[in-house]
Amino acid sequence: MLEIKNLNASINNKEILKGLNISIKPGELHAIMGPNGSGKSTLANVLSGKEGYKISGELNFLGKNLNEIPIDERAQKGIFLAFQYPTEIPGVNTSNFLRTSLNKVRKAQGKKEIDALSFIKLVKEKTNELGMDEKMLSRQLNVGFSGGEKKKNEILQMKILDPNLIILDETDSGLDIDALKIVADGVNSSRDSKKSFLVITHYQRLLNFIKPDFVHVLANGKIVKSGTKELAMQLEKTGYKGIN
Amino acid sequence: MKNQELDQNKEYKYGFTTDIENVKAPKGLSEETIKFISKIKKEPKWMLDWRLKAYNRLKVSKEPNWQKPKYPKIDYQDLYYYSAPKSMKDKPKSLDEVDPKLIETYNKLGIPLNEQKKLSGVAVDAVFDSVSVATTFKGELTKKGIIFCPISEAIQKHPDLVKKYLGSVIPISDHYFATLNSAVFTDGSFVYIPPNTRCPMELSTYFRINAAETGQFERTLIIADKGSYVSYLEGCTAPMRDENQLHAANVELIALDDAEIKYSTVQNWYPGDKDGVGGIYNFVTKRGACRGKNSKISWTQVETGSAITWKYPSCILQGDNSVGEFYSIAITNNHQKADTGTKMIHLGKNTKSKIISKGISAGKADNTYRGLVDIGRKALNSRNYTQCDSLLMGNKCGAHTVPYIKNKNSSSTIEHEATTSKINEDQLFYCNQRGLNQEEAVSLIVNGFCKDVLQQLPMEFAVEAQKLVGISLEGSVG
Repeated sequence: MLEIKNLNASINNKEILKGLNISIKPGELHAIMGPNGSGKSTLANVLSGKEGYKISGELNFLGKNLNEIPIDERAQKGIFLAFQYPTEIPGVNTSNFLRTSLNKVRKAQGKKEIDALSFIKLVKEKTNELGMDEKMLSRQLNVGFSGGEKKKNEILQMKILDPNLIILDETDSGLDIDALKIVADGVNSSRDSKKSFLVITHYQRLLNFIKPDFVHVLANGKIVKSGTKELAMQLEKTGYKGIN
Repeated sequence: MKNQELDQNKEYKYGFTTDIENVKAPKGLSEETIKFISKIKKEPKWMLDWRLKAYNRLKVSKEPNWQKPKYPKIDYQDLYYYSAPKSMKDKPKSLDEVDPKLIETYNKLGIPLNEQKKLSGVAVDAVFDSVSVATTFKGELTKKGIIFCPISEAIQKHPDLVKKYLGSVIPISDHYFATLNSAVFTDGSFVYIPPNTRCPMELSTYFRINAAETGQFERTLIIADKGSYVSYLEGCTAPMRDENQLHAANVELIALDDAEIKYSTVQNWYPGDKDGVGGIYNFVTKRGACRGKNSKISWTQVETGSAITWKYPSCILQGDNSVGEFYSIAITNNHQKADTGTKMIHLGKNTKSKIISKGISAGKADNTYRGLVDIGRKALNSRNYTQCDSLLMGNKCGAHTVPYIKNKNSSSTIEHEATTSKINEDQLFYCNQRGLNQEEAVSLIVNGFCKDVLQQLPMEFAVEAQKLVGISLEGSVG
C-alpha cells in the first residue's frame, strides 16, 4: 500500500524529517507515536501532498511514485487525512461539501456521479451508524462545531469517501471519552483487508480502543523504534525519554 | 498550480462580436446627435425638450473625480451615441421578422427569444446596443395589466406614466453621468405593475453592447403601484475589445404604498484582458424611491465584469415604515477596479435599511465599498444594519471600506460591522485533501463567503451566478 524510503522533508530550510522509512501493507494499522515537534504532523502533511515542503526520498502509494502528484489527485486516488484541526469554511453546507467531495473521488474512479437522493440515503445511514446527529449535515462546514463534532465529522467523511489509506492526525486530541469511542468505533468498523491506517497520536490512550498491528516511535525526524502494541504500553510507563 | 497558465488564457466566454450592419448617429455629442436619437425613436416633442434641457445642463456640469479608480479622460466627441442593427429600423412586428443574426446572438448568450425555447417563468427584454430587439411574454403580462416594454415604446404609448415618473428619482441635474444619460439615453426597459398585482414571473432585461466606439446609455424605469410586487433582473455582456467602452445607465425605481420591488443585477461586462487592456467603464446611477408607506426596495448585485465599476444603487426611504436593502458581491481580478456601495436615505418614520456587501479582490485589482447611511431629523425610530466583508487573494490587490454615517435623531440606531480577511491556506488545503482542485476550492470558499448575498437572487439565476463567481476568479490563486 504505502512504501516510504529515506524520506527527508524540510520547510523554510529547517529539516524536519530526516531519513524516515516505513512500509504499510493492505489491511494493516500502524500507529506512529512521538513527542511534540518530532515531525508527526509533517509526515501527515507530506503524505497528503501539502505544498511548501522540500522533499527527497521515495514515496510510493499503490506502486506509484507520489512525488509529482498534487494533493487533490492523491485524495482522489484514496489517500484520506483526518485533520488534527479541521478548518471552518463559512457559508458552505456540510452535506453539499461531502457530496462534492464524493463525486470528485467517484469521477476519478470512472464512476458516475451520485444522485441527490442516493447521497442523502448514504449519508444518513453512515451518520446513524456513527451515532451522530443528522442536524450536523445541514450546518456550515465545521463552523461553530465543538472539538468533538469536528473530529466526528472527519470520521463521517472517511466513511463516505471510503479511501484506501487513512491517516489520522492526532484525531484523539481534545476528545472526551464518548467522542473518542465514536471515533474509535468508526475506525474499527472500517477496518478490512484492503484498507490501511496510519494513526498518529501523542498518547497511548487511543490505542486502548484501536488495536494497532505495529507501533513506531518517531523522534527527531526518524523512526527510532518499531514494535507491537506492547511498545505503546512501555511508552506510557517510561515516557519518550525511556526509548533509545 | 500547473493549470494556472492555461486558466489565465481562458477567454471571456461572451467576448464574440456579431457582424451586423448598423445605423449610427453622427459621431460626437451635440444637439444634432440628440435630435437624431429623438427622431429615429419617433419621440414626441416633450421628450426631445427634456433631452435638450439635460444637454444644456451638461454643458455647465463637471465630470466627478472623487472616486478611487482613476481613468484616462474620455473624449466624448469621439463616441457614437446611437448604434442599432439596420434591420431594426423598420420595427419588426414579430420575432419572425427579427434578423436571425440577432436571435443567434442571444442564443449564444444563453437567452433564447423564440416562443418555443424561451426561458420558462422569465420574461425577457433584449437590448442590443441602443435598441430593444424583442420582449417575450408580453401578451401574458398585458392580461394582468402589467406593462413591460422598451422605454422608447413606453414614451409613445404611455406618455402620462413616463412624464410623471421619469427623472423623479434621478433628476436631470443629479450629476454629470446622470445628466449625460438623460440627454442621450437610447433604450432600456419600462415596467408598470398595477395596484394589488403580483407580477407572475421574473422580468428581465439583457443588455448587450456590440458595436465598437459606442457608448451604451440605457434608461430603465420601474413603477410598482400600490400593493404590487415585482422581481426584476438585468444581465449584461460585451465583446472583447482593446478600447474601453462607456456604459452609463440610469435606473429609477418607484414603489408606492405597500409595494415591493426586488431588483437584481448580474453584471458581466467585458473586464479587459489580464494586463488591464480594454474593458467596460460601468458608470451607472441606480436609485429607488420608497415613496409609499410600508413599501420596500431591495437591490441585489453580483458585479464580476467591467474594467471599472462605479455605482451606488440607493434607496430613498420616504414612506413611513419603508424598507431598503442592498446585497452586493463585487469581484475584481487582474486589473479590474470597483468603487461601489449604496446610499440609504431615511426620511420617513420607522424606516429600516440593511446593507450586506461582499468584496473580493484578486490579482492586482482594487475594490472599494463606499456607502452612505443618512437618517434624517424626522425619520424617528429608524434602523440601519451594515455588514461589509472583504476577502483578499494574493498580495497585490486592495480592499477599502469607506462608510459615511449620519444620524440626525436620537431615537434611531445605526450598526456597522466590517471584516477583512485573506483567503485561508488551511481552507484550500482542506478542500484539496477532499479531492477538489485549486479552482474548485477557491470557487467553493468564495461562494460560501458570498452566500448571504447569493441566496437573495431569484432561483433561476442563483446557479448561474455561483458559476460566474468561480469563473471570475480562475487563475487567481497559484
